[in-house]
Amino acid sequence: MGGKTISEKILSAKSGVDARAGDVVVCRVDGAMGTDGSAPMAIDYFEAMGGQTVHDAASVAFALDHYAPAPDRATAQLHERLREFAGKYGIELWDVGQGIGHQLMVERGRAVPGSLVVGADSHAVTYGALNAFATGIGSSDLAAILICGRVWLRVPGTIRVNVAGCLGRGVYAKDAALALAAKLGADGAAYQALEFGGPGVAALDMDDRLVLSNFAVEMGAKNGIFPADGVTRQYLSGRTAAGFDAVEADADAGYLREIGLDLSELGPQVALPHQVDRVEPLERVAGTPVQMVYLGTCTGGRVKDFHQARDVLRAGGGVAGGAQLVVTPASRAVLETLAQDGTLAEFAAMGAVIGTPGCGSCCGTCGSIPGDGVHVISTANRNFKGRMGNSGAFIYLASPASCAAAAARGAITDPREIEA
Amino acid sequence: MTGRARVFGNDINTDYIITSRRKRESLDPAVLRHYVFEELDAGFAVTVEAGDWIVAGKNFGCGSAMEVAVTALLGAGIRAVAACSFSRTYFRNAVNNGLLPLECDTSGIGEGDRLTLADGQVRNETTGKAVAAARAPEMMREIIAAGGLVNYFRLHGDFPA
Repeated sequence: MGGKTISEKILSAKSGVDARAGDVVVCRVDGAMGTDGSAPMAIDYFEAMGGQTVHDAASVAFALDHYAPAPDRATAQLHERLREFAGKYGIELWDVGQGIGHQLMVERGRAVPGSLVVGADSHAVTYGALNAFATGIGSSDLAAILICGRVWLRVPGTIRVNVAGCLGRGVYAKDAALALAAKLGADGAAYQALEFGGPGVAALDMDDRLVLSNFAVEMGAKNGIFPADGVTRQYLSGRTAAGFDAVEADADAGYLREIGLDLSELGPQVALPHQVDRVEPLERVAGTPVQMVYLGTCTGGRVKDFHQARDVLRAGGGVAGGAQLVVTPASRAVLETLAQDGTLAEFAAMGAVIGTPGCGSCCGTCGSIPGDGVHVISTANRNFKGRMGNSGAFIYLASPASCAAAAARGAITDPREIEA
Repeated sequence: MTGRARVFGNDINTDYIITSRRKRESLDPAVLRHYVFEELDAGFAVTVEAGDWIVAGKNFGCGSAMEVAVTALLGAGIRAVAACSFSRTYFRNAVNNGLLPLECDTSGIGEGDRLTLADGQVRNETTGKAVAAARAPEMMREIIAAGGLVNYFRLHGDFPA
């Protein structure tokens, strides 16, 4: 037998067997997260399964992020149900306004190198940036984890992504993620792992890695995992007391295939309605009018994203007439940083709508809903028809800087034309 | 197992199966069944019959991992989905709820065709053609055979040691 990929190594350690691509193994999970969109159903399954106790409450967290704040009675009752269940079993609950569960999982050090962390939400892949095996599961899986602390997983084959070069001026991790989605397609990595490596990784900070890992699921991938290095250790410093060992792939690991991602070659990218992999270089759609600009989500709602957007908007003279800017920090901590450094006040002075930290408008469950025929440009990860709550709207996906440039001009614009 | 094909295309995401807006109102499959595929075909829910199969192209169930995209179809009486490929979260949610996910070449299947599953093959009674369905690993087959993870846990109390 040849060497192992990072994913095979972690799943071997967590299952106690020699886990190879294609095997189905039962793994002990180190962490699990459920949201108000998935955990209420998990409680239904837990009760139907005859659950009496929670196996390891400390390893589980619930985030009230999809309906934040609750827009109606039905969702408010879902929140009540989760608060009651979490209180009864001693599960940590991140209440409305704390932020997006995925952001909180990484901010609070719940994903460390070598760990297996799952979330009942597809964007749980985000934590792969921390060298964790992180993947999305369903509500029934979460219920089983509450009962026994374990999950069944098919061990994925791995696509190795060799990252080279560094991002040029006006080009960001989101552009790299969109370019990768264009290269692989929306199902190009279905059932498979993306393993990032190569000399270009060192130049990506943790925020950049989180964007790329977050996007793995948009290519159908089971996980998107990075190696651990000084950037990882620095990010985790002060966030967790847990010990960990970096997991590296063996030199003779077996990959399904290897692809290159040269960051130096990239320019700004835009995904066009209504497919994530319908990606074009921004210049091909420059001038397309937009009426709503959304800054936020588990892809593009961190401090660096808002700073980049603010810089472009400042240089561009603020928000163009006829464009609505919606700002939704990914977490309370992001909101507080932006409040302290004056960014939030600057957005507010430009007329931005400031949303509650959480999933916001991204999946149309609360927040600002675009009208019929409205063209939206967003820092999010999905642009399906109806995604933001109205199937009559058209959603474009781009980097925070490109979104800000569109807000400044009222039309899709290359941020390099504005940036000082 | 025999059923009538209800055909959809590629990259059918879970929000097209059931919008997350409906999930906000109710998680009950008996309620959600009235809204399945409403974004793609407003008339689908009233024409669906118990035993119908969903037939799709590649990447069925992509996007959100929401499990109502499986339970709503079960609520509508659907027992099998045949697709060229599935998104992995949809596949596992299907397994965990006893909805049979059949990975096979669906290109020759038309709306309303009569389909039968026998000996690992999806046979199109209307055209007379048959295609092989990928065989799921044993553990998944056990969960499907139990009718999903709830019954599996009721039966076994846990996963195998």
